[in-house]
Amino acid sequence: MKYIRFLMIGMLFGIVMFKSQAVSWYRIFEMFRFESFHMYGIIGTALLFGVIIVQLIKRKQMKSRKGTPIIFAPKNKSIPRYLIGGIIFGLGWALAGACPGPMYVLIGSGTFSILIVLIAALLGTFTYGLFRRKLPH
Amino acid sequence: MNIIELISQPWPWYVSGIMIAFIMFLLLFEGKNFGMSSNLRTMCSIGGAGKFAEFFNFDWKSQRWNLIVVAGAIIGGFIASNFLTPNQTVDLNSETIKALNNMGFSDPGQHFVPSEIFGIENLFSLKGLSILAIGGFLIGFGARYAGGCTSGHAISGLSNLQMPSLIAVIGFFIGGLIMTHFLLPIIF
Repeated sequence: MKYIRFLMIGMLFGIVMFKSQAVSWYRIFEMFRFESFHMYGIIGTALLFGVIIVQLIKRKQMKSRKGTPIIFAPKNKSIPRYLIGGIIFGLGWALAGACPGPMYVLIGSGTFSILIVLIAALLGTFTYGLFRRKLPH
Repeated sequence: MNIIELISQPWPWYVSGIMIAFIMFLLLFEGKNFGMSSNLRTMCSIGGAGKFAEFFNFDWKSQRWNLIVVAGAIIGGFIASNFLTPNQTVDLNSETIKALNNMGFSDPGQHFVPSEIFGIENLFSLKGLSILAIGGFLIGFGARYAGGCTSGHAISGLSNLQMPSLIAVIGFFIGGLIMTHFLLPIIF
């Protein structure tokens, strides 16, 4: 039952995403119109604490539960990849109002039409895999 | 007020933010990373996408833990919506409501998601189905191209002060602003 911890973390994530209203299409729309502080507050607080957590882990050389070092794999340097990929993602995020985490949370909450978004996201991922070598990275 | 009643109130943004950072920490402590979109790649691999593209030939079993997180997220969504959120309205800015009314949305904020996009009847109209499908496709394609989504870049990557994640998040916003300000008013 080594997976039970991940199930619990996932449940916590689902509850937090729903209770924070980050799963709401309206909140994403409102965020991109700069008419509410709500989403910026959530992401900003998560970042503030996230930066502190990562710095503490690095400085104290904290180990994982299994005793192995906690490693932060650096991402490859590139601009086009992150910028173009990011813009494409942003277009979809604002249209469907859900990113890849909240999608699953919405399924659980009974918004079943999000399954179309999920299936299409799988298709999009598959398409990226097919054309990966032809895209600027 | 008992704990369930307390949780059932709308959560202030800082509580949500701290909880997200805590979830990232829990995953780091388990020796993993907080990133949700990589599950889409894993699911493609399980479905046999490796036969068509080398990108999907990887040891997906090493990613099983993340699929369990997904299963948990579905259960968490079920619990939160059925037992922890008696009031499922979204307290929107009046300007946002006005803009949505102008776009033809009938009851902005009265539910978590608009029936104009997520109502089941949309699955039976070309426009309704296209909005969901195109949105999903862009999310899946863009997230993998950019090497991560909101959790992987905006939370995990920026927490580690990684430049690639900053570029990706700037991209998220360029795309989101174009969709919200130029394309959505045309679509609706």
